[in-house]
Amino acid sequence: MISIFPSLLNGVVITLKLLVSSMFFGLLIGMLFAILRINKNPIINKFAYGYSYFFRGTPLLVQLYLIYYGLANIEFLRNSFFWAIIREPYWCAIIAFSLNTGAYTSEILRSAFQTIKEGYIEAAQSLGVTKMITFYRIQIPIAIKQSLPAYGNEIILMLKGTSLASVITIMDLMGEARKVNVLTFKPFEAFITAGIIYLFLTFIIHNIVKYLEKKYGFQT
Amino acid sequence: MELLFFGDTGWGDELFFATLMTIAVSIASMVIGFLFALVFTPLKLSKNRSLNIIGNCYTTIIRGVPELLVIYLLFFGGTGAAMYVASIFGYDGYIEINAFITGALAIGIISGAYSTEVFRGAILSIDKGQFEASKVLGLKKNIQFYKVILPQMLRISIPNLSNVWQITLKDTSLISVTGLVEIMRQSYIAAGSTRDPLFFYSVAAVLYLILTFLSMKIINKLEVRYSKGF
Repeated sequence: MISIFPSLLNGVVITLKLLVSSMFFGLLIGMLFAILRINKNPIINKFAYGYSYFFRGTPLLVQLYLIYYGLANIEFLRNSFFWAIIREPYWCAIIAFSLNTGAYTSEILRSAFQTIKEGYIEAAQSLGVTKMITFYRIQIPIAIKQSLPAYGNEIILMLKGTSLASVITIMDLMGEARKVNVLTFKPFEAFITAGIIYLFLTFIIHNIVKYLEKKYGFQT
Repeated sequence: MELLFFGDTGWGDELFFATLMTIAVSIASMVIGFLFALVFTPLKLSKNRSLNIIGNCYTTIIRGVPELLVIYLLFFGGTGAAMYVASIFGYDGYIEINAFITGALAIGIISGAYSTEVFRGAILSIDKGQFEASKVLGLKKNIQFYKVILPQMLRISIPNLSNVWQITLKDTSLISVTGLVEIMRQSYIAAGSTRDPLFFYSVAAVLYLILTFLSMKIINKLEVRYSKGF
């Protein structure tokens, strides 16, 4: 059991890299689409809704396969410089995970925007604060504070989601566990050790989010 | 488009049966999940400390590890365990456990953890007066549960159970790694033999969207029906 630890730890590094980069891009995408969702223009609104509906309504595995196997089918993508990105399984995984978590994040932020009390915005208006500044200095900070608990759940869901990267040949924690299973024929050792590491990671993320909630969240 | 024709030339009928398989596996997993929830919800609510810890361990562990890990563990570990048990009884051949059963069991264990949390929340949100009133009326414990608590619990938990159903439906795509021919596996096969992955994975995505859309409609109807009196 001890001998498989180093290779699993290599996997943990890849898993964390995948998690951090897809959470980063996902947050950007999520913010963009949350702003599009609360836009009053019906076309922009519908577009953002369609995006989140598609990515929340289909399994992550389908999205991953669509990007990894599917995009290579499009002729002009293969001839453009994007090919350097989409032929790498690592980048395909990051694209798929970012788009997926972006959809969930946009829903979390949208509901946070919509539950902001009218009073805050009215107060800002009556003080003569411009719309731009109201948005950046009042609406966004409140929305982020309000969505912390739900966002913490999303990080944990994404951590579990990164395990799918192993089916497109990436040697993340799950991929390493599969390799150990194939080499040693000891499925219980391999997968239970990996499971304990995943649990440990979940535990750490959970506690970080809890700490942030205590420090920055609303005291109700 | 002719790739989707029914019959020998197209993949339409194969994909149709694969969709039925996805629905069957989802329903089987959901039912298995309910069985797990039925066992573990009382444990989580119990006042006995050690029972409580068992219940908490189940939900925490299952919700903290990737779904794929549970599937692999049952798929690779399950065969070994079954062969070990069989060898005790003197059978030394190779045993292969049905992919449908392993898959439904794995996803059922996962959805059971979510259902347990849903039921626990629902029972906790039932008014204390309901428990007290049924005790005052002298109802027996099991009648109290079946006639008073269960109907209210189910009504409260429908919206959350619908989320669990959606998660379960999407999780079944992971069973494809074990070789069960559901939507994902069938598209993989079709994409491999026609060399058109973009088309077939898009079809798979659309099939999943249709399933989630339809189940949402049905669950909304149920929700309206069961909250009639409120």
